[in-house]
Amino acid sequence: MNTGKVQRLSIKGMRCAGCVAAVENALRALPGVTEASVNLAERSAQVTGAVTGEVLLEAIARAGYEAVLQEEEEEPDDTQECIEQGHYRKLLRQSGAAGAVGVIMFLLDLVGAMPGLTSATGQVFWSVISVVTLAVMLYAGGHFYRGAWKALRAHNATMDTLIALGTGTAWGYSTVVAFMPAAVPEAARHVYFEAALIIIALVNVGAALEMRARGKTSLAIKRLIGLRPRTARVVRNGRELDVAIRAVQSGDTLRVRPGERIAVDGRLIEGHSNVDESMLSGEPLPVEKQAGDEVVGGTINLTGSFLYQATRIGKASVLAQIIEMVRRAQSSKPAIGRLVDKVAGIFVPVVLIIAVCTFLVWYDFGPQPRISYALAATITVLVIACPCALGLATPISIMVGVGKAAEYGILIRNGGALQRAGALTTVVLDKTGTLTRGRPTVTALLPCPGVTEQRLLQWTASIERGSEHPLAQAIVAAAEQRGIELLATHEFAAIPGHGVRARLADLALLFGNEKLMNDNGVELGKLTAQAGELAHQGQTVMFLACDGRAVGIVGVADPLKDDSRAAVARLKEIGLRVVMITGDHRATAEAVAGQVGIDEVLAEVLPQDKADHVAQFQQGGAVVAMVGDGINDAPALARADVGFAIGAGTDVAMESADVTLMRSSLHGVADAIAISRATLGNIKQNLFGAFIYNTLGIPVAAGILYPLFGLLLNPVVAGAAMALSSVTVVTNANRLRHFQTGED
Amino acid sequence: MYLALINLLGMLLIALIVWWFWFSKPRAQPVSANLIEILVKNGVYTPARIEVSAGMPLTLRFLRQDPSPCARTVTFDDLAISQDLPLGKPQDVVLTPVRPGEYTFVCEMRMYKGTLVVKPSRV
Repeated sequence: MNTGKVQRLSIKGMRCAGCVAAVENALRALPGVTEASVNLAERSAQVTGAVTGEVLLEAIARAGYEAVLQEEEEEPDDTQECIEQGHYRKLLRQSGAAGAVGVIMFLLDLVGAMPGLTSATGQVFWSVISVVTLAVMLYAGGHFYRGAWKALRAHNATMDTLIALGTGTAWGYSTVVAFMPAAVPEAARHVYFEAALIIIALVNVGAALEMRARGKTSLAIKRLIGLRPRTARVVRNGRELDVAIRAVQSGDTLRVRPGERIAVDGRLIEGHSNVDESMLSGEPLPVEKQAGDEVVGGTINLTGSFLYQATRIGKASVLAQIIEMVRRAQSSKPAIGRLVDKVAGIFVPVVLIIAVCTFLVWYDFGPQPRISYALAATITVLVIACPCALGLATPISIMVGVGKAAEYGILIRNGGALQRAGALTTVVLDKTGTLTRGRPTVTALLPCPGVTEQRLLQWTASIERGSEHPLAQAIVAAAEQRGIELLATHEFAAIPGHGVRARLADLALLFGNEKLMNDNGVELGKLTAQAGELAHQGQTVMFLACDGRAVGIVGVADPLKDDSRAAVARLKEIGLRVVMITGDHRATAEAVAGQVGIDEVLAEVLPQDKADHVAQFQQGGAVVAMVGDGINDAPALARADVGFAIGAGTDVAMESADVTLMRSSLHGVADAIAISRATLGNIKQNLFGAFIYNTLGIPVAAGILYPLFGLLLNPVVAGAAMALSSVTVVTNANRLRHFQTGED
Repeated sequence: MYLALINLLGMLLIALIVWWFWFSKPRAQPVSANLIEILVKNGVYTPARIEVSAGMPLTLRFLRQDPSPCARTVTFDDLAISQDLPLGKPQDVVLTPVRPGEYTFVCEMRMYKGTLVVKPSRV
């Protein structure tokens, strides 16, 4: 299927012009290849022709080089925008032509400058007007008639059907009157040429305005796409070359200078700097980067120049994943839109039936000239109905809402998650990494008499060496910081949920919580009181025993994030029940909860039981959000109505989370809920507006007010109302772009 | 006389609308290839009704030639698929083998409408 397709390849191992010739020849020799050119600087090849990528790779491999197909780059949005701009201008031109001719006719009729229908001059005049109107209608509204015809053949009825039928009926009846006035009762000899033209003009203007307003709804995604750099500075053979971004391969070394945008994802290998990641994560403060740290393509290097190695390119990059996720979410629909979808699906045929009934009722029971009233009312019904406003109400708000969230570094998986987030009643917060920084440090060393702090730390660190538990790592780090030499231990055994046991030379060491000591008959004495005090300060306390005697306690604390307290206050302020869940000791957990202002604590919960607690809340009728780091809490996140993964950083594609917060601040949860509520409110306004418009507009157009008030809507007014209704929906959705979450 | 005739015609027209839009289906295009090209133009998907056998992987290649923003997205509600369609550029929607049944695909405003009919395979 590759007829004339252009494919790009990255080629490894090319060093000289000879290599270029070898690769070019190998490619050109392939059947189907019409053109092949190799760029040595970029180490890339561009091949045109009807040939598959696999065949190209094989040919290059036979020539002695290794190649990979470059992912197809998305067409820059400029092209799309250009085409849409062209369409916008065309709509305005068409509208201008139909509007001008229609308004002139209307004004001439108003001042009585039009000849009578039955006079000899009038006959000729109105016949010419009929033909001119048809020509303008076809120029300005040809797309309605083509669309209506095609849809009809596909057993479908659309907006085009309504406009085509409305204006077509107006023109058809007027033409009969113009050519054969005698065939129509004298009182019913009205023409609707100007109405048909003005309706087309109005509907086109409406479509153009809607298009313009829609462009703004996708600004968020355009902004993200705009973050992709076009070139990168690659270091090859000791030289720095500017190459196209698609020529960068995983493993390449790249240079980035101060003020430049980082080209692709990678790991910093030399130098250090501060990087502004706000455009991706919403994190306002620059992030310090040094060797070993990950950098993300699309973010801005602020201060220093550094070298980094490309790790993720193309679709695997963080930015590409964010764009993909936002796109998917933007075009997904929450359940709130389903009913509307059902209504919109049958809307147009139902309006057609209503139009026929309107005609019959006026024709059977209306005043004279019945045919005129019946026609005018039918045309008005066809023209006023607006399925577009109904269909647009939900998706357009979702698009803006999800985009708005992305600006705050909040990635919402789909419209369903957005809808549920707006209805949350309870937020369950994991302690470690959510309320706290997730980087515990040793905060207390209380040795028993005869034991030094140094010795206490040396023994505990020696036992914990090799453990990946964050508390263990904190102790080892503290020992390393003080330059303490770690000793060899043996017979190491972990006692899950309690601690560890090991031998150090001839000594039997036991390190863990109070229960471990009690179970092993270790007398704690006054250490118990000291431990209680530390726990009340929010520290996690562990005891060390040597040969059955307590030798000291180690306190480890995970400092709170600076803004946790404020974020919890915000969650409470918006009416949510806030609960903290942790595996920690109750005293420690309550101390931390007290510091951040949480009254409800679930302590000593094993990781696997967190999901059960979430389920219990749900059984009690709560709509529950679980906020965690997305790795240890995956089952609880999946069980919750909305799972928030916090501080995802570069790991954006978290499967278990409905909402991924790129920055580590808990404010993201309140922001996400605020945006969801605002978006849902917006959808409801749109749906309400669209429903009310149609349910009131159609009966009024049919003439329901005529028996009471003698009021009958003019078809032109109906056209204007219809054109405005979908513009109003899009404009209302655009208001969301200016939404502020309320974070200080 | 005229009155009765007009009313009769009106009733017939309503019956015709009901039949045409609800009970009569467009002729399906049976497809044996794995790649189906669908043109998005003038308010319709062409072909608008596609018949495939269950169990075969399928690529629907949408070519959008309609600049109107309504045509920008194609959504398969029952398959939880939603895909942006760039203008004038083919866009593939790859479907893993789906279960027999009728799957509707629509544009954002549900004006464009198509049906993918997956028939039980005869194996």
